[in-house]
Amino acid sequence: MMIGQPRTGRLSTLAAAFVIARRDFTAILFSRSFIFFLLGPLFPFVIGAVAGGVGLQVKDSLQQPMLGVAMSSADVDAMIAAQRVLAKEVGGTIPDLVVIRRLAPGETIDPLAAMKSDQANLAAIVTGTPQAAILTGPVDRIENWQGRVALIAAQASGNGPKAFPGVQLNRVATSKVDETRTRLVTAQVSQTVLFLLTMLLAGMVLSNLVEEKGNKIIEVLAAAVPMDAVFLGKLFAMLAVSWVGIAAWGLAGGVVWLAAGNSLPDFPDPAVGWPAFLLLSVVYFSLGYLLLGSLFLAIGSMANTVREVQTLSMPVTMLQLLNFFFAGFAMARTGTWVETAAMAIPFSSPFMMLAKAAQHEGLPIHGLLIAWQVICVALFVRAGATLFKRRVMKSGPAVGARRGWLRRFST
Amino acid sequence: MTSNAGGADSRPLAIEAHGLVKRFDGFTAVDGVNLSVPEGAIYGILGPNGAGKTTTLRMLLGIIDPDAGVRRVLGSERPHEIAHIIGYLPEERGLYPTMKAYDAIAFLGALRGLPLSEGRRRGKELLEEHGLGYAIDRQIRQLSKGMAQQVQLLGTLVHQPRLVVFDEPFSGLDALNQGKLERMIRSLAESGTTVIFSTHVIAHAERLCDEVAIIAGGKVPFAGPVDVARDRIRPQVRLETRAADGPWRKALPADARHEGNFWLFTLPESGIEPLLRALIEGEAGILSLSIERAGLHDAFVAIAGEAAAQALEQEKEEIRP
Repeated sequence: MMIGQPRTGRLSTLAAAFVIARRDFTAILFSRSFIFFLLGPLFPFVIGAVAGGVGLQVKDSLQQPMLGVAMSSADVDAMIAAQRVLAKEVGGTIPDLVVIRRLAPGETIDPLAAMKSDQANLAAIVTGTPQAAILTGPVDRIENWQGRVALIAAQASGNGPKAFPGVQLNRVATSKVDETRTRLVTAQVSQTVLFLLTMLLAGMVLSNLVEEKGNKIIEVLAAAVPMDAVFLGKLFAMLAVSWVGIAAWGLAGGVVWLAAGNSLPDFPDPAVGWPAFLLLSVVYFSLGYLLLGSLFLAIGSMANTVREVQTLSMPVTMLQLLNFFFAGFAMARTGTWVETAAMAIPFSSPFMMLAKAAQHEGLPIHGLLIAWQVICVALFVRAGATLFKRRVMKSGPAVGARRGWLRRFST
Repeated sequence: MTSNAGGADSRPLAIEAHGLVKRFDGFTAVDGVNLSVPEGAIYGILGPNGAGKTTTLRMLLGIIDPDAGVRRVLGSERPHEIAHIIGYLPEERGLYPTMKAYDAIAFLGALRGLPLSEGRRRGKELLEEHGLGYAIDRQIRQLSKGMAQQVQLLGTLVHQPRLVVFDEPFSGLDALNQGKLERMIRSLAESGTTVIFSTHVIAHAERLCDEVAIIAGGKVPFAGPVDVARDRIRPQVRLETRAADGPWRKALPADARHEGNFWLFTLPESGIEPLLRALIEGEAGILSLSIERAGLHDAFVAIAGEAAAQALEQEKEEIRP
């Protein structure tokens, strides 16, 4: 057994975490699950494209509802002409008209019967005259049509505008209202991406731990290094894997952006500017994942079977969904206690702060909240490790079984 | 801090535990365990399944913390601080299935502070040395269960620990590999390494151990040298006589029983001489007489069984309203 002098030395918690992380990182990076992880972002696009195609087919199969008109021949012509003039100037808000019948003098029509006929996909029917139009249609739609029908009728009866003066357009990049609205979109998109990514990764780290328990390796690790180091190693390995994934996605996105050029829509600038926003995105993503991941690890360490993991993680997943919604809700309530709560609650804090970076200028608050989230990660990791030591490494029989053994042995 | 078990051993202690207690959900798995393991010894923890062996080892290694009591391993009360000089092979063996054999050994060494490159070099050497050279580049999942166990065993020793802890090391091994492991344990002890292992198979402990702790119902009713354990049971006398009956029969102890041609009984407290005299004077016609020292198995059954019975009585008392 003598193979030279030993050169071992005591590992610090961080060094031990690095040993665990190095193993996990290389194992995951060269596994099939990483390929799926890389392809992950494609799934929403593929599903979106498929769903969009199906939706388009459904849409095409349904005819656009139209407004029927049944008046005297002259009135019908006037209404049609008025509709054309207005549609040209106002656009799609003016409904299309379809002629149901040109009425002879003295002739009447039952609008209800006409609507029920298969003649057209009618939303409502206009009868009477342009001066005294009668609109017949379902109660939920008719009020919607009322103003527009009145506009067409006014135009048809000669009471509409005779000419539409030209309006000089002075195009600017954005207005304050537009800026606020588009930044809200940036905030919402970034929150959603953050939520999906953190849930995906936390799920992966949980599976990794459960697999490790299945392989019976966890006891070897727990005997050699503190559980805090095991947890930290596993968390940071998955984080490093995700950074590789994000770098790959960023590269692929950059190539698409360069190839597509200006045909891609412009994303509105976040309040703190793109460089700071991207940096904060990485930081909040990392902290959001570490917070959720440490909680999932604590759960995973207590569970013995995949079923137990599912049972225990379901409420946490639901709770995280609530945190996500809460941060979304708080986003538009600047300066209220709701915003403060969303920033302070560890699990909603990364979502809230990322949205804040998109919407509001000012960086010092981010430093403060990042420090808070780091403290929470440390606390969760420690709590998870303590729970693991207290509850997981049980051995020997249950109390009932032990009593049974004692009885057999003592007789 | 020296061993005093048996009164003669003055070696410093590798492991010292006082009053270790561990409860799980109201169930006391380990109840006031005291242990003193001398450095360089081969020490066995014997007990039936569920007696508290694994929980005791886990507490000594710092995998779990005791609810009460003190443990000191190689001079430290914090086992993780000296993890780099300890090796541990758990009862439930486990390695990463996709790792290559030499990498698995290196990883186990790295967990104990051995540089990865050094671990890989030693891993290859150890595999060659133990006749597993052909498996160096094979993944763990491609190895048989027994071979994977050997790889893990080598990984437990790759960093050349001063203390090696094995939990049921012989389970799952065939007779050849059990013999190999016994030789390895002896070799470790000869090189000054302290070896402590748990087992419920007494024969291994009897062949290997200098000292044992017998654990039953979470308690340690006996801890000390194997000879002392054996001496807990009085030697058995096996007597063969020519005469089937006679006045000599009155000299036999009360527990004497007749089996085949022999009388079997416990050696009387007064010794063999008065009995011999009575047999001769009573004309028993002694054909043979042997005094057999108790084996560790008998000692174990007696000590552990008594402790189990006491624990059961105690539990009954606790349950009784």
